[in-house]
Amino acid sequence: MLDLSLLVQYGPALLRGFGVTILCWGAGCLIGMVLGFALMLLRQLPVKPLRWVIRAYIEVIRGTPFLIQLFLLYSGGPAIGLRLEATTAGILGLGIYGSAYFAEIFRAGYQAVPKGQVEAALSLGMSYGAILRRVIVPAMLVSTIPPIVNMMAILTKETVVLSIITVPELMYEMQTMAAETFATFETILGMALFYWLLVEAVSRLGRRLEARVTRFLTHASPQGSSKTATARA
Amino acid sequence: MKFSVIIDAFPYLLGAAVTTIWVSLLGVLLGQVIGVVVCVARQSGGRVADMAGGVYVSFFRGVPLLIQLLLIYYMLPLIGIDVPPLVASIAALGLASGAYVSEIYRGALNAVPHGQSEAALALGFPGSSIWTRILLPQAFRISVPALVNELILLLKASSLISVVGVAELTRTSQTISASNYRPLEIYLAAGLIYLAINGALALFGTLVERRLQQA
Repeated sequence: MLDLSLLVQYGPALLRGFGVTILCWGAGCLIGMVLGFALMLLRQLPVKPLRWVIRAYIEVIRGTPFLIQLFLLYSGGPAIGLRLEATTAGILGLGIYGSAYFAEIFRAGYQAVPKGQVEAALSLGMSYGAILRRVIVPAMLVSTIPPIVNMMAILTKETVVLSIITVPELMYEMQTMAAETFATFETILGMALFYWLLVEAVSRLGRRLEARVTRFLTHASPQGSSKTATARA
Repeated sequence: MKFSVIIDAFPYLLGAAVTTIWVSLLGVLLGQVIGVVVCVARQSGGRVADMAGGVYVSFFRGVPLLIQLLLIYYMLPLIGIDVPPLVASIAALGLASGAYVSEIYRGALNAVPHGQSEAALALGFPGSSIWTRILLPQAFRISVPALVNELILLLKASSLISVVGVAELTRTSQTISASNYRPLEIYLAAGLIYLAINGALALFGTLVERRLQQA
């Protein structure tokens, strides 16, 4: 199996690669969520062409492979004057890819907020910004945490695709190591186990977060599917 | 932007798209078989089968597809099976898909009323035909939307098999854009073809769903 001296030799490179993986993942998730939230909000405006454009954007991103999007951004970008470094392109690509999915998640969450709550807030004289901040977003948080965590786990797995456009993240460093040591199979097996743990850890953390955010939910009956957030006051 | 580039490359891209489609279809077919077997084994095969199935599902859903693909690609020769990249790719897509499909069926089986299998048992159906004649057909009908979705996901995921050198749509676009230095146009065209295939699949899914609701 894996020669331990190899780990000592390649340890720093692998650690650096892991750092890049986490950086790409974190930044990609952040960009994806911010952009997705903005898209969701813009979609609520009563401007038809804007809605069509956003809808088309979401459909295109969700209907094409992530790898093609990356190639388009990284190799196709320079043709329109967009010269990006591999890591920047990777982060941007992950963010754009995630934004379409996050926009849909947020939209579902937005629609799940009971209308009466928004109307009540309006009749109390709250501004739209205040309603968004104090009524809609807290309620959305509760219903959208599970799909958000799921999406973040998916993006964790997508970071390995960045190695194809030579982003020096963990997968890339491991492939370099495999190529230099000829311990290809062991390296890939180790990598599989590592990512298995990583994705599992992200899901675990997500479940804990979910438990924390939904701790005010009251479950009236096992069948009661009315998921209204009721604060324990 | 030069559209003539796209027009010149289009026949090659279409040919490669056909490869993408049938590789994905074979992958989904394999995934169906594995998914059903794993699902049935987990439900009726005792604790060990359930645990083994659980590990399988967790592994293939937790590990990135690219790594699974490389693992299978490099593992098969090690145990003496020398297969072309195409076969390794289909095996990887099928194994990955099987994990998701078995979960889709598990969800669908939960939606089949308990009374159905109890009634079949009371009528004296043997265990195997309860599965093949009562439970699985109903589970299949319930899971059609999820299965079409799975096909779309797999078609997009099949772009990754370009890494092991299978000349499907992504790989072919790479080759073409490397020779004519027009990556923007070529990848745009490839993206549009993917989009068109996925659109057609989604439409097909809606039709099948409507059809099954009538029956």
